[in-house]
Amino acid sequence: MKIVTICGAGIGSSGILKVNAERVLRKLDIEATVVAADIGSVREVAADAQVILTSAEFVDAIGTTFADVIVIENYFDTAELSAKLETALG
Amino acid sequence: MSLPPLPQSAIVIAAEASDWRAAVTLAGEALARSGAARPAYSAEMIRMIEEHGPYVVIAPGLALAHARPGPDVLADGLSIVTLATPVNFGHPHNDPVRVVLGLAVTSSSEHLAAVAAVANVFNDSTAITDLAEATSAEQVQAIMAVEP
Repeated sequence: MKIVTICGAGIGSSGILKVNAERVLRKLDIEATVVAADIGSVREVAADAQVILTSAEFVDAIGTTFADVIVIENYFDTAELSAKLETALG
Repeated sequence: MSLPPLPQSAIVIAAEASDWRAAVTLAGEALARSGAARPAYSAEMIRMIEEHGPYVVIAPGLALAHARPGPDVLADGLSIVTLATPVNFGHPHNDPVRVVLGLAVTSSSEHLAAVAAVANVFNDSTAITDLAEATSAEQVQAIMAVEP
Protein backbone atom coordinates (compact mmCIF):
# COMPACT_ATOMS: atom_id res chain seq x y z
CA MET A 1 0.00 0.00 0.00
CA LYS A 2 1.13 3.54 -0.68
CA ILE A 3 0.31 6.56 1.42
CA VAL A 4 1.28 10.09 0.39
CA THR A 5 1.56 13.06 2.76
CA ILE A 6 1.10 16.44 1.11
CA CYS A 7 2.12 19.96 2.13
CA GLY A 8 3.10 23.17 0.37
CA ALA A 9 6.85 22.65 0.25
CA GLY A 10 7.11 18.86 0.43
CA ILE A 11 9.32 19.28 3.47
CA GLY A 12 8.52 20.17 7.06
CA SER A 13 4.84 19.50 7.66
CA SER A 14 4.51 16.63 5.18
CA GLY A 15 7.69 15.14 6.66
CA ILE A 16 6.26 15.25 10.17
CA LEU A 17 3.07 13.64 8.93
CA LYS A 18 5.11 10.90 7.21
CA VAL A 19 7.15 10.15 10.33
CA ASN A 20 4.08 9.98 12.56
CA ALA A 21 2.05 7.98 10.02
CA GLU A 22 4.86 5.41 9.88
CA ARG A 23 4.82 5.17 13.66
CA VAL A 24 1.07 4.62 13.72
CA LEU A 25 1.17 2.07 10.88
CA ARG A 26 3.80 0.06 12.75
CA LYS A 27 1.54 0.00 15.81
CA LEU A 28 -1.45 -1.02 13.69
CA ASP A 29 0.73 -3.65 12.01
CA ILE A 30 -0.12 -2.30 8.54
CA GLU A 31 2.47 -2.45 5.81
CA ALA A 32 2.71 0.67 3.71
CA THR A 33 5.16 2.96 2.00
CA VAL A 34 4.72 6.58 3.08
CA VAL A 35 6.00 9.30 0.76
CA ALA A 36 6.15 13.04 1.57
CA ALA A 37 5.52 15.34 -1.39
CA ASP A 38 4.56 18.90 -2.25
CA ILE A 39 1.17 19.87 -3.61
CA GLY A 40 2.68 20.62 -7.03
CA SER A 41 3.65 16.98 -7.55
CA VAL A 42 0.55 15.37 -6.03
CA ARG A 43 -0.87 14.08 -9.34
CA GLU A 44 2.32 12.25 -10.21
CA VAL A 45 3.27 11.00 -6.73
CA ALA A 46 -0.24 10.03 -5.62
CA ALA A 47 -1.31 8.40 -8.89
CA ASP A 48 -0.91 4.91 -7.37
CA ALA A 49 -1.61 5.84 -3.73
CA GLN A 50 -4.46 4.45 -1.63
CA VAL A 51 -4.42 7.24 0.92
CA ILE A 52 -3.43 10.92 0.93
CA LEU A 53 -2.81 12.55 4.32
CA THR A 54 -2.91 16.34 4.37
CA SER A 55 -4.47 19.42 5.96
CA ALA A 56 -7.76 21.03 4.97
CA GLU A 57 -6.08 23.74 2.87
CA PHE A 58 -4.93 21.27 0.23
CA VAL A 59 -8.10 19.26 -0.32
CA ASP A 60 -9.35 21.45 -3.19
CA ALA A 61 -5.95 21.56 -4.86
CA ILE A 62 -5.63 17.76 -4.69
CA GLY A 63 -8.86 17.57 -6.65
CA THR A 64 -10.26 14.33 -8.04
CA THR A 65 -8.29 11.26 -7.01
CA PHE A 66 -8.81 7.54 -6.49
CA ALA A 67 -7.08 7.82 -3.13
CA ASP A 68 -8.86 8.40 0.17
CA VAL A 69 -8.05 11.97 1.21
CA ILE A 70 -7.72 12.19 4.99
CA VAL A 71 -7.53 15.61 6.66
CA ILE A 72 -5.37 15.72 9.79
CA GLU A 73 -5.87 18.56 12.28
CA ASN A 74 -3.14 17.92 14.84
CA TYR A 75 -0.03 16.49 13.19
CA PHE A 76 1.40 15.34 16.51
CA ASP A 77 -1.72 13.59 17.77
CA THR A 78 -0.99 9.97 16.91
CA ALA A 79 -4.39 8.97 18.33
CA GLU A 80 -6.12 11.13 15.70
CA LEU A 81 -3.89 9.72 12.95
CA SER A 82 -4.44 6.18 14.14
CA ALA A 83 -8.24 6.51 14.29
CA LYS A 84 -8.49 8.13 10.85
CA LEU A 85 -6.13 5.63 9.21
CA GLU A 86 -7.97 2.70 10.75
CA THR A 87 -11.29 4.03 9.46
CA ALA A 88 -9.89 4.54 5.97
CA LEU A 89 -8.07 1.23 5.76
CA GLY A 90 -10.39 -0.93 7.87
CA MET B 1 18.06 11.31 14.22
CA SER B 2 19.19 14.65 15.51
CA LEU B 3 17.49 17.99 15.66
CA PRO B 4 18.82 20.77 13.40
CA PRO B 5 21.04 23.19 15.35
CA LEU B 6 19.10 25.40 17.78
CA PRO B 7 21.61 27.82 19.34
CA GLN B 8 20.50 30.46 21.84
CA SER B 9 20.80 33.13 19.13
CA ALA B 10 17.90 31.39 17.36
CA ILE B 11 15.57 31.53 20.38
CA VAL B 12 13.30 34.48 21.20
CA ILE B 13 11.21 34.43 24.38
CA ALA B 14 7.91 36.28 24.90
CA ALA B 15 8.20 38.29 21.70
CA GLU B 16 5.63 40.85 20.65
CA ALA B 17 4.17 40.26 17.20
CA SER B 18 1.21 42.22 15.86
CA ASP B 19 0.14 39.52 13.41
CA TRP B 20 1.21 36.18 11.88
CA ARG B 21 3.49 37.85 9.35
CA ALA B 22 5.38 39.61 12.14
CA ALA B 23 5.62 36.32 14.06
CA VAL B 24 7.01 34.43 11.05
CA THR B 25 9.43 37.30 10.36
CA LEU B 26 10.77 36.97 13.93
CA ALA B 27 11.38 33.26 13.33
CA GLY B 28 13.18 34.13 10.08
CA GLU B 29 15.31 36.80 11.75
CA ALA B 30 16.29 34.25 14.38
CA LEU B 31 17.40 31.82 11.64
CA ALA B 32 19.43 34.65 10.07
CA ARG B 33 21.08 35.43 13.42
CA SER B 34 22.17 31.83 13.88
CA GLY B 35 23.55 31.69 10.34
CA ALA B 36 21.03 29.15 9.01
CA ALA B 37 19.38 31.46 6.49
CA ARG B 38 19.62 34.79 4.73
CA PRO B 39 17.19 37.50 5.90
CA ALA B 40 15.16 37.00 2.70
CA TYR B 41 14.10 33.54 3.97
CA SER B 42 11.42 35.24 6.14
CA ALA B 43 9.64 36.46 3.02
CA GLU B 44 9.87 32.96 1.52
CA MET B 45 8.17 31.45 4.57
CA ILE B 46 5.46 34.13 4.47
CA ARG B 47 4.90 33.47 0.77
CA MET B 48 4.33 29.75 1.44
CA ILE B 49 1.51 30.65 3.83
CA GLU B 50 0.04 33.29 1.51
CA GLU B 51 0.07 30.74 -1.29
CA HIS B 52 -1.22 27.67 0.55
CA GLY B 53 -2.99 28.97 3.64
CA PRO B 54 -2.35 28.49 7.35
CA TYR B 55 -1.58 24.76 7.11
CA VAL B 56 1.74 25.40 8.88
CA VAL B 57 -0.23 25.57 12.14
CA ILE B 58 0.19 21.83 12.49
CA ALA B 59 -0.94 21.47 16.10
CA PRO B 60 -2.88 23.59 18.60
CA GLY B 61 -0.76 26.66 19.36
CA LEU B 62 2.18 25.68 17.14
CA ALA B 63 3.22 26.95 13.71
CA LEU B 64 6.01 25.25 11.77
CA ALA B 65 7.18 28.06 9.49
CA HIS B 66 9.35 26.86 6.62
CA ALA B 67 10.01 27.22 2.92
CA ARG B 68 11.81 25.07 0.39
CA PRO B 69 15.55 24.53 0.32
CA GLY B 70 17.07 27.24 -1.86
CA PRO B 71 19.66 29.99 -2.11
CA ASP B 72 18.34 31.70 1.04
CA VAL B 73 19.12 28.63 3.17
CA LEU B 74 22.74 28.58 4.33
CA ALA B 75 22.68 25.62 6.72
CA ASP B 76 20.18 23.33 8.45
CA GLY B 77 18.70 25.14 11.41
CA LEU B 78 15.79 25.59 13.73
CA SER B 79 14.53 28.71 15.48
CA ILE B 80 11.92 29.10 18.19
CA VAL B 81 9.88 32.21 18.93
CA THR B 82 7.43 32.24 21.83
CA LEU B 83 4.79 34.96 21.70
CA ALA B 84 3.80 37.18 24.63
CA THR B 85 0.40 37.55 23.00
CA PRO B 86 -0.78 34.66 20.81
CA VAL B 87 -1.62 35.52 17.20
CA ASN B 88 -4.12 34.02 14.78
CA PHE B 89 -2.95 32.50 11.51
CA GLY B 90 -6.51 31.83 10.31
CA HIS B 91 -6.38 28.08 11.02
CA PRO B 92 -9.81 26.49 11.60
CA HIS B 93 -8.73 24.39 14.61
CA ASN B 94 -5.26 25.19 15.88
CA ASP B 95 -5.31 28.98 16.43
CA PRO B 96 -4.13 30.98 18.30
CA VAL B 97 -0.42 30.34 17.87
CA ARG B 98 1.82 30.68 20.90
CA VAL B 99 4.99 29.11 19.55
CA VAL B 100 6.54 29.57 16.09
CA LEU B 101 9.17 27.10 14.94
CA GLY B 102 11.29 28.26 12.04
CA LEU B 103 12.85 25.49 9.98
CA ALA B 104 15.53 25.78 7.31
CA VAL B 105 16.86 22.71 5.53
CA THR B 106 19.49 22.61 2.80
CA SER B 107 18.15 19.58 0.96
CA SER B 108 14.76 17.90 0.62
CA SER B 109 16.25 14.44 0.76
CA GLU B 110 17.87 14.96 4.13
CA HIS B 111 15.12 16.83 5.89
CA LEU B 112 13.30 13.73 7.11
CA ALA B 113 15.79 12.90 9.84
CA ALA B 114 15.49 16.49 11.05
CA VAL B 115 11.71 16.54 11.13
CA ALA B 116 11.63 13.08 12.73
CA ALA B 117 13.58 14.59 15.62
CA VAL B 118 11.11 17.50 15.76
CA ALA B 119 8.22 15.01 15.77
CA ASN B 120 9.85 13.12 18.64
CA VAL B 121 9.82 16.24 20.80
CA PHE B 122 6.24 17.20 20.01
CA ASN B 123 4.70 13.75 20.27
CA ASP B 124 4.95 14.60 23.96
CA SER B 125 1.70 16.54 24.18
CA THR B 126 2.99 18.90 26.89
CA ALA B 127 5.89 20.23 24.79
CA ILE B 128 3.99 23.12 23.19
CA THR B 129 2.67 24.41 26.51
CA ASP B 130 6.09 23.95 28.11
CA LEU B 131 7.72 25.98 25.33
CA ALA B 132 5.06 28.71 25.47
CA GLU B 133 5.70 29.08 29.20
CA ALA B 134 9.51 28.88 29.07
CA THR B 135 11.24 31.95 30.46
CA SER B 136 14.76 31.41 29.13
CA ALA B 137 16.56 30.15 26.04
CA GLU B 138 18.16 27.44 28.20
CA GLN B 139 14.73 26.15 29.17
CA VAL B 140 13.70 26.03 25.52
CA GLN B 141 16.83 24.06 24.66
CA ALA B 142 16.12 21.66 27.53
CA ILE B 143 12.54 21.05 26.33
CA MET B 144 13.86 20.45 22.82
CA ALA B 145 16.54 18.15 24.26
CA VAL B 146 19.32 20.27 22.75
CA GLU B 147 22.76 20.28 24.36
CA PRO B 148 23.35 23.92 25.39
